[in-house]
Amino acid sequence: MSYIIEGRTGNWEMVIGLEIHAQVISNSKLFSGSPTDFGADPNSQVSFVDAAMPGMLPVLNKKCVEQAVKTGLGLNAQINLYSAFDRKNYFYADLPQGYQISQLYHPIVGNGKIEIDLEDGTTKFIGIERIHLEQDAGKSVHDQHPTKTYVDLNRSGIALMEIVSDPDLRSADEVAAYIRKIRTILRYLGTCDGNMDEGSMRCDVNVSVRRPGEEFGTRCEIKNVNSVRFASQAIAYEAARQVEILEDGGTIKQETRLFDANKMETRSMRSKEEAHDYRYFPDPDLPPLILEQSYVDAIKANMPELPDEKKARFIKDYGLKAYDASVLVADQARAHYFEEVAKNCKDPKLATTWVSVELFGALNKSGKTIEDSPVSSDYLVELIALIEDNTISGRIAKDVFAEMIESGKKPGDIVEEKGLKQITDSSSLDPIIDQILSDNTDKVEEYKSGKDKLFGFFVGQVMKQTGGKANPKMVNDRLKEKLQ
Amino acid sequence: MSSIDEKTIEKVANLARIEIDPADVSYFADQIKGVVDWIEQLSEVDTDNVKPLAVVDETSITMREDDITDGGYMEDVTKNAPESAYGFYVVPKVVE
Amino acid sequence: MTNISDLSLVELKEKMTNKELSSREITETYIQRIEQHKDLNAYVMTDFDRALDAADAADKNYAAGNAGLLEGIPLAIKDLFCTKDLRTTAGSKILDNFVPPYESTVTSNLKKDGAVFLGKTNMDEFAMGSTNRTSAYGHVISPWKANGSSEDLTPGGSSGGSSAAVAARLCVGATGTDTGGSIRQPAALTGTVGMKPTYGLCSRFGVVAFASSLDQAGPMTRTVKDTALMLESMAGHDPKDSTSAKVEIPHYAGLMTGDVKGLRVGIPKEYSIDGLPAEISALWSKGAEWLKARGAEIIEVSLPHTKYALPTYYVLNPAESSSNLARYDGVRYGHRVESDDLNEMYAKTRGEGFGNEVIRRILVGTYVLSAGYYDAYYTKAQKVRRLIVNDFDAVFKDVDVLLTPTSPSTAFPLNQDETDPVKIYLNDVFTVTVNLAGLPGISVPAGLAEDGLPLGLQLIANRFDEARLFNAALALERDAKFTAKPEGF
Repeated sequence: MSYIIEGRTGNWEMVIGLEIHAQVISNSKLFSGSPTDFGADPNSQVSFVDAAMPGMLPVLNKKCVEQAVKTGLGLNAQINLYSAFDRKNYFYADLPQGYQISQLYHPIVGNGKIEIDLEDGTTKFIGIERIHLEQDAGKSVHDQHPTKTYVDLNRSGIALMEIVSDPDLRSADEVAAYIRKIRTILRYLGTCDGNMDEGSMRCDVNVSVRRPGEEFGTRCEIKNVNSVRFASQAIAYEAARQVEILEDGGTIKQETRLFDANKMETRSMRSKEEAHDYRYFPDPDLPPLILEQSYVDAIKANMPELPDEKKARFIKDYGLKAYDASVLVADQARAHYFEEVAKNCKDPKLATTWVSVELFGALNKSGKTIEDSPVSSDYLVELIALIEDNTISGRIAKDVFAEMIESGKKPGDIVEEKGLKQITDSSSLDPIIDQILSDNTDKVEEYKSGKDKLFGFFVGQVMKQTGGKANPKMVNDRLKEKLQ
Repeated sequence: MSSIDEKTIEKVANLARIEIDPADVSYFADQIKGVVDWIEQLSEVDTDNVKPLAVVDETSITMREDDITDGGYMEDVTKNAPESAYGFYVVPKVVE
Repeated sequence: MTNISDLSLVELKEKMTNKELSSREITETYIQRIEQHKDLNAYVMTDFDRALDAADAADKNYAAGNAGLLEGIPLAIKDLFCTKDLRTTAGSKILDNFVPPYESTVTSNLKKDGAVFLGKTNMDEFAMGSTNRTSAYGHVISPWKANGSSEDLTPGGSSGGSSAAVAARLCVGATGTDTGGSIRQPAALTGTVGMKPTYGLCSRFGVVAFASSLDQAGPMTRTVKDTALMLESMAGHDPKDSTSAKVEIPHYAGLMTGDVKGLRVGIPKEYSIDGLPAEISALWSKGAEWLKARGAEIIEVSLPHTKYALPTYYVLNPAESSSNLARYDGVRYGHRVESDDLNEMYAKTRGEGFGNEVIRRILVGTYVLSAGYYDAYYTKAQKVRRLIVNDFDAVFKDVDVLLTPTSPSTAFPLNQDETDPVKIYLNDVFTVTVNLAGLPGISVPAGLAEDGLPLGLQLIANRFDEARLFNAALALERDAKFTAKPEGF
């Protein structure tokens, strides 16, 4: 895949690194016992600790540590048995302590890597630099009052994992594939719901450009990139902006920029400039976090199957093509559904077609998710079984499936109700064939005199008479015999 | 000797969000310089191969279970606020 | 009969148990004394209604025979401890209207054990100081006067309201906090007992944070046994403080015999600093002789990095405080100066809400943590701190306790115009090492100087060796026979 930007003065290459902030799935916050639910009344999920009242102290949530370790293992990363919490000091309306508790010097997870699947069928490894645990900030609401900002601390103190990639990404497509892959892995692990709309997964993108093969250029950090589409747009805009500056003989200023999704542009965040000295130092309220290898091993032993493993297994067990398999495993629920169907069918190829083509097609058309599919995997297995045991033909099956999507009924019941059972005994078929042949003696004569093409006509007539229920093979066999 | 001057004080005061009367800047500059110059005697100490110590008890942190045990008292967390409305804290408009 | 206000905590408990005195009588006595000596400015807030209610409840518990450890004992609480529904200012204007909706663990523990709270005591702003002159609510005046002088003296700091209240008999005991000497130094300057426990023994939950890796709450009373009783109530593991130690708290008072036979007492030679007044040196030697006479072994020891403790402390302490005090921004509580720009609101609020010493520490702390200086100052200080800890660890292989002076001088006049912060910081020279190493230390009144003002001696023990520390302190107390009282109290 080409990722070259053609400038006026030659080619440029983008270099991109991502910081993904993933909200950890946990009942309570990273350092306090308040709940983490989205969308509650303002400041209703806030403890004295979260509001940074005087004398309040943080106490670490065990579950959040476990989730971070699990995520590290899922991203094939080094788990640091010794980690520690640091304070990142800055002032902001929704940062009640005046510092964020984070992990700069000793993050809980070190180097890792993941493989991303690109649309042209190639794959690429992207390095993970580190994952650290930190507190989320509260939310500022700017549009409720002309001269005031309203601050809600419900989100303040929820655990975030900051997943920092190496600067290995070279195009907006790679970035999109990377974000999707991370999201899939986190969802498989159950460590983050990956819901970018609700902000439970957010990205900061570091973009720079360079002449291919040269040293890295000066980078800009783009904040507020909250969907995969925005990431692509923000990167495209930012890379073009930098190329233009450089081609005009300018230099890139290292700065933080904000992506404005309405204007589709990035702009400098001056507020961040002056206070870029975060004065990190170890949080004296929190002793170091020292884990035992046995603890990590126990988590490792209970890891769910991850998308790459599932993909490999689907290819091997069900004969899927690599790209089809990667599309299928990208959504855990869909992959699960597929597998429920595939393992209960004699022919996995039939399962693949019925799930990936028919069912997903129907769901996409109606805008439904797999979770609210009107056809359960059991029913789809039953439908495929009806095809496999010749109760209905593949063509009839499509009608039955359409009815299932519509009514949610059991396929067997639909077949029964509508009398769609395939005619597979010659005693029922022969009188129908005999009747057709006697009604069309002229055509029979033509056929016998060598007009072979008319065979299709007789098949069509039988199907018409039987409402498509006749077993095609039997129709062929009986017709051939009777027309001899 | 440290290079602390009035500019340093202005920069640091800005980082710390403390307004200092321009007339007092030189007073603070002298005092802070005095303290920091005195602190610099630490450079005499040989600390090669010494690990920094952040907390006296360096054994591992104790963690809590992931239970919801707190929150749910909006009134209590906002009642000391100089300004609040509809359960929110209120501050001057932040422009980004 | 002795005045009620001269009875110790132990004696008062005994009299209440024997129904010779009621908590109401005792509490009323103290309330009257507080009213009478308002000029000392020891309290920033009193809470007499609730105190009397608590006293009545205590009397019922005595009557019912289920009195707690401190049942009915009137105490004063340093205004750094958050007290539910009772204004808590930390001595700062920035919290002048703050009413905590929660209670600190230490004060909850005291209440559970039946203590009666008379009110909140004055202190240096955010506990930053050793003179009590940095309080936004006016300085505290010590009840002590030098011989033949009427000049107002410092009660020490930062727990100066507590030390003055204990010395002037305006409470039976008081809580203090000690980050660099803030319990022990004011105790020494007021002829009272002040104890800083091992780091982690008393929960920091609900105590306004100053320098988190150094802060410890502790008791201040007039006798060693009273101090031990108070600590027993205050201390204990708290799951709400991640630095709280998981240790059982024994009944210290029951373990105290004053028998120090075989006790190995170290005399750190580096504490003989230049310019130490001769009478303080002499008292120090006397203290060693008292213990020796009771069978203790006196051993000269060396803590080679002592000289660097103060500069180390004055890097780490401002660094931590600059961050701990960032939350005072006028958004969720406390003082606010209005502005239509957020950053300007912060700067004006903090510029106006904080006093000069607090601003000085925040500036130093911000500076030493800022880009380009972190390693040279902060990391360096953390390394030297380890060397200081190592010094103590080595010494405690050879001795059980250390004996030192508590303060390099007696109380000085409040109007003494010392503007050099470094000279003021030198007051902590004998006490900061203990905080840096997280050790327990106690100051015991040991005599009067020639000017008629109290002097204290400090005992230091290894971490969690409070029982042995109290026992040695009891021996010292018995020999010092300190019975002096400020005149008129």
